[in-house]
Amino acid sequence: MYAQALDQPEGPREGGGADAAALEARFLARVAGEQKVEPKDWMPERYRRTLIRQISQHAHSEIVGMLPEGNWITRAPTLKRKAILMAKVQDEGGHGAYLYAAAETLGAAREDLVEQLLSGAAKYSSIFNYPTPTWADVGAIGWLVDGAAIMNQIPLCRCSYGPYARAMVRICKEESFHQRQGFEIMLTLARGSPEQRRMAQAALDRWWWPSLMMFGPGDADSKHTADSVRWKIKRFTNDELRQKFVDFTVPQARYLGLTIPDPQLRWDEAAGHYRFGAIDWAEFNEVLRGNGPCNRERLEARRAAHESGRWVREAAAAYARKQRARASAAAA
Amino acid sequence: MSDPRWPLWEVFIRPRAGLEHKHAGSVHATDARMALEHARDLYTRRGEGVSLWVVRSSDIVASDPAEADALFEPARDKVYRHPTFYDIPDEVKTL
Repeated sequence: MYAQALDQPEGPREGGGADAAALEARFLARVAGEQKVEPKDWMPERYRRTLIRQISQHAHSEIVGMLPEGNWITRAPTLKRKAILMAKVQDEGGHGAYLYAAAETLGAAREDLVEQLLSGAAKYSSIFNYPTPTWADVGAIGWLVDGAAIMNQIPLCRCSYGPYARAMVRICKEESFHQRQGFEIMLTLARGSPEQRRMAQAALDRWWWPSLMMFGPGDADSKHTADSVRWKIKRFTNDELRQKFVDFTVPQARYLGLTIPDPQLRWDEAAGHYRFGAIDWAEFNEVLRGNGPCNRERLEARRAAHESGRWVREAAAAYARKQRARASAAAA
Repeated sequence: MSDPRWPLWEVFIRPRAGLEHKHAGSVHATDARMALEHARDLYTRRGEGVSLWVVRSSDIVASDPAEADALFEPARDKVYRHPTFYDIPDEVKTL
């Protein structure tokens, strides 16, 4: 669903003599010329590791992202909403699968990536550690969380690594439905009874600030290296994308007749942007550290799902072994 | 017991009759039938195709990117293989 703060630097530069330097220079020239990198092409080891980490964390986010909304599938208010929500949650699972496949083209094994998620070693988007206490939260997630995700993901469609860029193209096409269905839920509530309007407002109050945090730390504090920019993985800074999101979303909230929970929010005519209040980064860091409202619950749910599916995976493998043995016996 | 690792399959989709199958992505599956089912679930949720191929990734033989110049460079200077190379007077029609 989105790639937040997934661009921290890692490890020292790899060694290597003149050959490696020449290969790296040629690689950088190709990337600077907007040529795509494909799986079997030579690439710097740090480029490979950065991408495996970013793509797999992005995949984990999609998978964990199924949980907050999955919470409402059995309680969706109508059959239509239920069918839509199932399709959306299924899409998120699909997005995770596209992304794991892209990470695998870099030499990572899917089982290892999944293990990193389940053991708590890998990060995923902190937004999914917030609860969804009402139906309006499902609307707010589609509208705001998927909206912020799209803002982050559209530039990734032009990322230098071919398989990641192609996965993002497919994902962005599907996310558009997610955002629109979310806005439609909010619109229905906003046009409903006073109680429904209160529900919509409360959901906006809950999701606004966490959505702004999805873009990661401010540029001054961002740990992203120049490398991600030079490698054409990252094309806009966190603050640029966050500003764009605010500029797009404030008029949408106004249309809904809802109030953005930020008393400092104001239109800056000269700059042509909405100015917004300070983000509580202490909260962001706490959630990232594992102390958000639902961190433990999310990981436990993933572990339980993985464990209860184990017998199916084992049975499928045993069946395939048996079929192969039969085929070779018949051939003999 | 650790999970058995499932083989990787490449997925190709024919968007509609009359078009060729095109690479869409990959799936893990224990056998061909499961690979088709996973490919169907993962890559055709919005009517993307009317036919699927799945091929074991390990069965694909690929050219080496390091040999790309040797393989494909020779085609680059043979512009006479393209129709636009030839100057034909405007008066001559249907050529």
